[in-house]
Amino acid sequence: MHIAEGFLPPAHAIGWTIAAAPFVVHGARAVVTEVRENPESTLLLGAAGAFTFVLSAIKLPSITGSSSHPTGTGLGAVLFRPPVMALLGTVVLLFQALLLAHGGLTTLGANAFSMAVVGPWAGYAAYRLVRRSGGGLLPGVFAAMAVADLATYVTTALQLAWAHPDAASGFAGAAAKFLSVFAFTQVPLAIGEGLLGVLLFRVLVVSARPELERLGVLRRTPEPDEAPVAEAAPGGER
Amino acid sequence: MRRHLVTALLVLAVIALFATPLLLDGASEYAGTDSQATELIEESDAGYEPWFQSVFSPGSSEIESGLFAVQAALGGGVLGYVLGRLKGRRTAEKTARQTAEQTGQQTAEQTGQQTAEHTGRQTAETAATPPTTP
Repeated sequence: MHIAEGFLPPAHAIGWTIAAAPFVVHGARAVVTEVRENPESTLLLGAAGAFTFVLSAIKLPSITGSSSHPTGTGLGAVLFRPPVMALLGTVVLLFQALLLAHGGLTTLGANAFSMAVVGPWAGYAAYRLVRRSGGGLLPGVFAAMAVADLATYVTTALQLAWAHPDAASGFAGAAAKFLSVFAFTQVPLAIGEGLLGVLLFRVLVVSARPELERLGVLRRTPEPDEAPVAEAAPGGER
Repeated sequence: MRRHLVTALLVLAVIALFATPLLLDGASEYAGTDSQATELIEESDAGYEPWFQSVFSPGSSEIESGLFAVQAALGGGVLGYVLGRLKGRRTAEKTARQTAEQTGQQTAEQTGQQTAEHTGRQTAETAATPPTTP
């Protein structure tokens, strides 16, 4: 999903930077507020950032004969809501643009918009949808991770099609072309990323239960000592 | 037991998902989609000149893969540290509760708290050693 340095015309580069900037600033403030008000969140915030860091460094083969990398932005979106990931995702992209010649400074805005804004929000929407319709936490996490991944790559394809429309078939033709590069390759990766998210959450549900309850990801359960009382109460458990 | 089985199956599924393409079509180049998109632009929009160059490019593919490994190691290290600390905290709480039950109701809270603090400190020290595998 990294648009290479210089491969967006200046107008697009500036436009996407302006579009992404408020999200990133808002995200930075969300991170600062979270850490100040709930210092115990720092650990999990670190985990969310680290997850994106690892996953976006690893390029995986896909059935289409090409390779691509996951994004890992769904995890933080589920835990802390999407704004936080706007900052964390952009930090990852900046690291890769500066040190790896992967992505770029002129395309940072567009790349941040797809990976750090659209991805987390789409993933969060999928998560909410699954939870609303009665799905459990783990199916919700799977949906969030997979959708965040796919949505990011679809956004990149559309951004490129807009900047480089096909000479004959225009935007639609170019979109079909770029989607065929990005979207199909990404399907198995999105599934894999969903499974990894489920694995990680299975650990978090056991060891980080108090945090997950405070963040509203898990419903509060009674303390072990109070359990008999809560069971006796009418309508205490459904 | 069942819990471990589910974990093992999930891990296997992830491995199978990425091993299958390699086994089915080992001859393929597995070019990155990012560079494929760049080639596509150069093909279809031949007149387009990239107007900005990367500020720094790794000199060789070896250095590049090394830097990618650094990125993964940083992420994996932090993730392992967090999971280790959370796990250690949970073990400490468990120990505290057991001690409390043994010591009896009255002194339970005090002892439990002390054990928790003590074990917590120890676990924190152990967890501070960064994990090796990403």
